[in-house]
Amino acid sequence: MATQHSRAAARLMISPAVVLLLGWMIIPLAMTIYFSFLNYNLLHPGPHNFIGFRNYYYFLTDPSFTTALWNTIVLVLGVLLITTVGGVLLALLLDQPMWGQGIVRVLVIAPFFVMPTVSALVWKNMFMNPVNGLFAYFAHSLGLQPFDFLSQAPLFSIILIVAWQWLPFATLILLTALQSLDSEQMEAAEMDGASAISRFLFITIPHLTRSITVVILIQTIFLLSVFAEILVTTNGGPGTASTNLTYLVYGQSLLQYDVGGGSAGGIVAVILANIVAIFLMRMIGKNLEG
Amino acid sequence: MGKISLSKVSKKFGEVAVIPSLDLEIEDGEFVVFVGPSGCGKSTLLRLIAGLEDVSGGVIQIDGVNATETPPAKRGLAMVFQSYALYPHMSVRKNIAFPLRMAGLDAAEQEKRVTAAAKVLNLTDYLERRPGQLSGGQRQRVAIGRAIVREPKAFLFDEPLSNLDAALRVNMRLEITELHHTLKTTMIYVTHDQVEAMTMADKIVVLQAGRVEQVGSPLELYRNPANIFVAGFIGSPRMNFVEGADAARLNAHTIGVRPEHIDLSKTEGHWSGKVMVSEHLGSDTFLHVAVDGLGTMTVRGDGEVDARYGDRVFLTPQADKIHRFGADGKTLA
Repeated sequence: MATQHSRAAARLMISPAVVLLLGWMIIPLAMTIYFSFLNYNLLHPGPHNFIGFRNYYYFLTDPSFTTALWNTIVLVLGVLLITTVGGVLLALLLDQPMWGQGIVRVLVIAPFFVMPTVSALVWKNMFMNPVNGLFAYFAHSLGLQPFDFLSQAPLFSIILIVAWQWLPFATLILLTALQSLDSEQMEAAEMDGASAISRFLFITIPHLTRSITVVILIQTIFLLSVFAEILVTTNGGPGTASTNLTYLVYGQSLLQYDVGGGSAGGIVAVILANIVAIFLMRMIGKNLEG
Repeated sequence: MGKISLSKVSKKFGEVAVIPSLDLEIEDGEFVVFVGPSGCGKSTLLRLIAGLEDVSGGVIQIDGVNATETPPAKRGLAMVFQSYALYPHMSVRKNIAFPLRMAGLDAAEQEKRVTAAAKVLNLTDYLERRPGQLSGGQRQRVAIGRAIVREPKAFLFDEPLSNLDAALRVNMRLEITELHHTLKTTMIYVTHDQVEAMTMADKIVVLQAGRVEQVGSPLELYRNPANIFVAGFIGSPRMNFVEGADAARLNAHTIGVRPEHIDLSKTEGHWSGKVMVSEHLGSDTFLHVAVDGLGTMTVRGDGEVDARYGDRVFLTPQADKIHRFGADGKTLA
């Protein structure tokens, strides 16, 4: 690949893929931006006028937008908290030598293979259902009133479901990181008089920071766009109690048939996600260096 | 103070007895080297003393107190690991201060001790660096620094020089010996390199398959090895062993002659052979001689020996330097 000639040939060869991928990204984005400036509602036939930033204005001043924004933040942070803390603890547990380690590890990773709609339905119908659910059964057997998770604490329930799905991912990455921890370092710390808790705080946690950063970065990207779990469980409700930005955009464009408004919402979501990504990279991306 | 005594200490991993049963006394202030081929249990023995492994039987006493069940941190020993085991996310200063911080010393005292240790080990300019930014020798010194700030009863070194290049190894060998003279603390040093053992130790413990083969000062072991194993292990190049008629004439099963105790001649001698490879080191020459009917022998000549591949030479062992061994491998009196 050294000569001018071969480099030019390489560029030529790779260009179809690059052009295809670029088009794949640019065309929908451009169309969304274009639609977001039109008065385009499927329920109102007629000309699609150019209305400037009116769609954005309506989307951003909609009271459910602030709720959705707030819900998105709570959802992302809640899941991140549960998965990183739970992931570290689970990884510590799985790192201990025990009988049937291989099988246990496969079982722990299993939830990651269940598709989001299915796992959300299983949670909704088999665990959280106030009549038939397992939690209701336990509440009954203790003589308590069953708790209707999805209507009493909809956002919390969704956080629980999503966290359950992502916990294996965090555990897996943190477990491999734990296994790469030099055992002599732990022994050195033991000789240096560090208690088990000090060893965890001063040796294990610093060793895990890089992996925790990776877990947070990757999960944030996916958690910003959680949708299936909300659609099959609460439909964003009651009211807008469990509506996040993705679901709000969906509602705007596919429940209210407002293509213009939905597109504007989509662009807002893209911009917000980019801001979050930039901040994440700035704040914790430097953990990945060195 | 740092007197360590082991009595009937044994260690089993499952069914495998790595150390069958072992007694050993280490006096206060001694530099003791455990030496033996790999897998002889020397590192395990060190880890038993450190408390990183539990003994399967026997008693370990430190300064007359039974420490068999004492956790490692409470034994008052410091260890330097083969991989240095520095904490990669902490600066050199924090690495060295870590044991003090764990012991709950106040910041001023920590600072004082770290500065003192850094000065002894020439690390003052590197205190703010991370271990990843240091060379092998510097990392080694940080590991030693982390050990000395605790002012332990004894230092345990687990093959600390095996990751360094040859020149640095010679340097660090000197530095550690120097350190021992300054601190006068008991040091236990594990190595498979008999040169390190010979040059550093006050007392060498030769181990094989978890058994102590011989304990003694370097020259004692060199002059009066207790058996064939020690005779072959201590001294470089290896001792030459001869069986058969030559041994029988001296009422022994095997006789051993060190390469430096064989006189070389071009005209006459006890054995005759053909020179194979000769290694010219400048100060010495090591000749590998294919002796007729006996196999290869190593002979040390002075630096000026002029012998070429295929030359015929004659070898005569120095009569008073011949070691005699019985059929069981033990030295005959």
